[in-house]
Amino acid sequence: MNLTLKIWRQKSPEVKGKMETYPVYDVSPDMSFLEMLDVLNEDLVERGEVPIAFDHDCREGICGACSLHINGEPHGPMQRTTTCQLHMRSFKDGDTIFVEPWRAKAFPVIKDLVVDRSAFDRIIQAGGYVSVNTSGNTLDANAIPIPKEDADKAFDAATCIGCGACVASCKNASAMLFVSAKVSQLTLLPQGEVEAGERVQNMVSQMDKEGFGNCSVTGACQVECPKGISLENIARMNREFLKTNLSPGK
Amino acid sequence: MKVDTGKIERGEKEKLAKLKQESPKSKLPKDPIKESLKSHKVGLKLDAKIPDGPIENKWTKHKNEIKLVNPANKRLIDIIVVGTGLAGGSAAASLAEMGYNVKAFCFQDSPRRAHSIAAQGGINAAKNYQNDGDSVYRLFYDTVKGGDYRSREANVYRLAEVSTSIIDQCVAQGVPFAREYGGLLDNRSFGGVQVSRTFYAKGQTGQQLLLGAYSAMSRQISKGKITMYNRHEMMDVVIVDGKARGIIAKNLVTGEIERHGAHAVVICSGGYGNVFFLSTNAMGSNSSAAWKIHKKGAFFGNPSFTQIHPTCIPVSGDHQSKLTLMSESLRNDGRIWVPKKKEDARAIATGKLKPVDLAEEDRDYYLERRYPSFGNLVPRDVASRAAKERCDAGFGVNQTGEAVFLDFAAAIERYGTTEAKVKGIENPSKEEVIALGKKVVEAKYGNLFEMYEKITDDNPYETPMKIYPAVHYTMGGIWVDYNLMTTIPGCYACGEANFSDHGANRLGASALMQGLADGYFVLPYTIGDYLADDIRTGEINTDAEEFVEAEKKVKGDLEKLLNIKGNKTVDYFHKKLGKIMWNQCGMSRNREGLIDAMTKIKQLREEFWKNVKIPGELYDMNVELEKASRVADFLELGELMCQDALDRNESAGGHFREEYQTPEGEAMRDDINYTFVSAYEYTGDPGKALLHKEKLKFEAIEVKTRSYK
Repeated sequence: MNLTLKIWRQKSPEVKGKMETYPVYDVSPDMSFLEMLDVLNEDLVERGEVPIAFDHDCREGICGACSLHINGEPHGPMQRTTTCQLHMRSFKDGDTIFVEPWRAKAFPVIKDLVVDRSAFDRIIQAGGYVSVNTSGNTLDANAIPIPKEDADKAFDAATCIGCGACVASCKNASAMLFVSAKVSQLTLLPQGEVEAGERVQNMVSQMDKEGFGNCSVTGACQVECPKGISLENIARMNREFLKTNLSPGK
Repeated sequence: MKVDTGKIERGEKEKLAKLKQESPKSKLPKDPIKESLKSHKVGLKLDAKIPDGPIENKWTKHKNEIKLVNPANKRLIDIIVVGTGLAGGSAAASLAEMGYNVKAFCFQDSPRRAHSIAAQGGINAAKNYQNDGDSVYRLFYDTVKGGDYRSREANVYRLAEVSTSIIDQCVAQGVPFAREYGGLLDNRSFGGVQVSRTFYAKGQTGQQLLLGAYSAMSRQISKGKITMYNRHEMMDVVIVDGKARGIIAKNLVTGEIERHGAHAVVICSGGYGNVFFLSTNAMGSNSSAAWKIHKKGAFFGNPSFTQIHPTCIPVSGDHQSKLTLMSESLRNDGRIWVPKKKEDARAIATGKLKPVDLAEEDRDYYLERRYPSFGNLVPRDVASRAAKERCDAGFGVNQTGEAVFLDFAAAIERYGTTEAKVKGIENPSKEEVIALGKKVVEAKYGNLFEMYEKITDDNPYETPMKIYPAVHYTMGGIWVDYNLMTTIPGCYACGEANFSDHGANRLGASALMQGLADGYFVLPYTIGDYLADDIRTGEINTDAEEFVEAEKKVKGDLEKLLNIKGNKTVDYFHKKLGKIMWNQCGMSRNREGLIDAMTKIKQLREEFWKNVKIPGELYDMNVELEKASRVADFLELGELMCQDALDRNESAGGHFREEYQTPEGEAMRDDINYTFVSAYEYTGDPGKALLHKEKLKFEAIEVKTRSYK
């Protein structure tokens, strides 16, 4: 099939970017979206033009590197699918496809479709861990039984890949789904519960510092999340946050 | 087939010599490369520094005897860690906790994205929670046997020994492993073993373990004990007075070349499977850090030992950028087959016949036919070769002729029948049984089936999956001693980047175990023995001549690449190299093919340096330039892999030389002549590396033939 791509090109953070038009021909429906971009880039290089920069790595939907706003949706039209797992059979011959980077104050564009998501790393550094040293001299792994239901819920929250689609989909560019997924995972487990209060305070305060917006519970993040992280996590985080505000001594 | 007792019997040497005489090899012309190698002296004796004493006491004894660095002095010492996967992430976190100043580097935009994250199946540990007779010794034994007796006993024993601490540690960090209803940890079984010792978190175990290591790192970053350099690529190691004292790194955002000094350098950059272009590795996975230290004096161990995983989604066309694995666990329930007749295979490939319509008697379940006792659950190397054999013979079931079926119809029916009985449905209809069976299969493998459908647009509940082997892991890597130090003093290698624990074939769920064992529990102790002499060294001066020179060389090489301005893209060369490697140094190798491959790679490398085209500038984010400098290294490493495959005149694990097989087509090891690790020293020409041999001694284990008949 033949397509028209409208792609955001921006040389560097300081320079203004704009949409450029690229026609592509003979696209196989079995190609992934990123493979289609590979072919376009190969073409650009052959013509001596600078190829389009975009983040990608595992191409299995798990590393969270790929991003892309495709036709106004983070990771494109398929639900619960990252851009690297999106295939061209989701499009029709003759389609015009708009490709843009994540748009959020806290995710500045580095080049073309590549944005800086290090704000997420800094939020984790503020408290997204259990304060235990890696000595190996901890309790036996089976010393504390954990109800299967809690373990499963913690796991579901922990499947977040940190891609930033939640922020990109949110009209407030809020990172609440991302932050709450980590808060939930660790709060649901006895190992993480010990420092739950301090953690939620520190992570939320870092989130605000990074310039992410507030949550107005539109639920767009849950719809666009490629891993299906649930809004329930945001409720849990709010509860934890409120709890520590009400009993600040704890 | 006769299974030998493991002891090298009298007369066997003669038998083998006779066999060799009869093999077609003796009729071949002399190999020019090997002839030229003879002019080199055989390498010096390698010292693996294996501690004395019985195997079960070696590690404890060693830890008690090596030198320590006191906490106040650790603050005076800097360590560079390259790579933030399971090995690098865990090493960086542990070293920082101990008090060292760590600088960690990754080429991704965040340390959380290292490719360990894509590991699916699980992590082995000798916990014996299932009470099925597991022990440290059994895990050790299975790993050595699985590796076809080409790994170092002492290292593997230590790996098994610390495996139990890994699980304790990860649980303490909040890794959400799968649990049973009683709240305790669940286990499952994996290929090549007879116990359930694999801990898992659905099909995302690697992700959960990596995020655990990443969180431990994040904690140290927040304390300032780790300085994190995202989007940075190591371009070279800097050696001062014979010791590794830093690296030259490239900032991938600005293109700037930076000097970083440290008292030791730890390479945790993963494997080199992308030398094949198509593999299950991430797009950015590369061999450059490992290759750069090799060129500065680190020996490369067993470069030809690569793992080809049998169950991957086949290549669909020329546009393909990477391959996707379907977990080994699927072989528990899937039956592998191809049609018995070539005309049926062709009819299926061209879409004229549906696989489900082919009668049972016209199908060849070739694994069950060839290996009745292990059937579809033979180890990875055996299953891969068998698929290739059928496809090469013309029985492939897709348009490229390189695919076999993995069929769940029988499992669906079997589970459905059981479910119907459980539910008390009398005389259920076939449709009812199948509907019930599908539910069971969905509960077990739902996420994998969904992933398969997303990629291929085929529904594996209705029609069998198509699969084909693909490059997945490299057992070979930088040679290290028992302390994980390379042959460059002060330069270490951990995880997949080193060669040490998996011999010629890795068992499932062992890669995660090794990465974390090296990073959490081995390196942080052994590195102190070396650094104890460095407490008075002071900060490393990056204005030293060696740093200036190394930086100049890196800049020069990059400028050279940019100035070629030829007319072929980087991917053109990478794809060509991949084809040569896959066809001639892949699942099966032979002498002529390898000699030919070495010539072709040399030519391709020459062409690359004359004709590659890279647009853009040096001081900018330049993705093509990044790729080009990685491919330049692959173009050298590929040749060394062929040299090693050519030198090893036996078949072992993933290394299958067509000349060395039994009449039934099984691998034939040569324990008399090849029970050693090949460690190559760079000589300026990648295909003429100097071979050093580390003899492998098996004291705790009896060496036997692997048979799965």
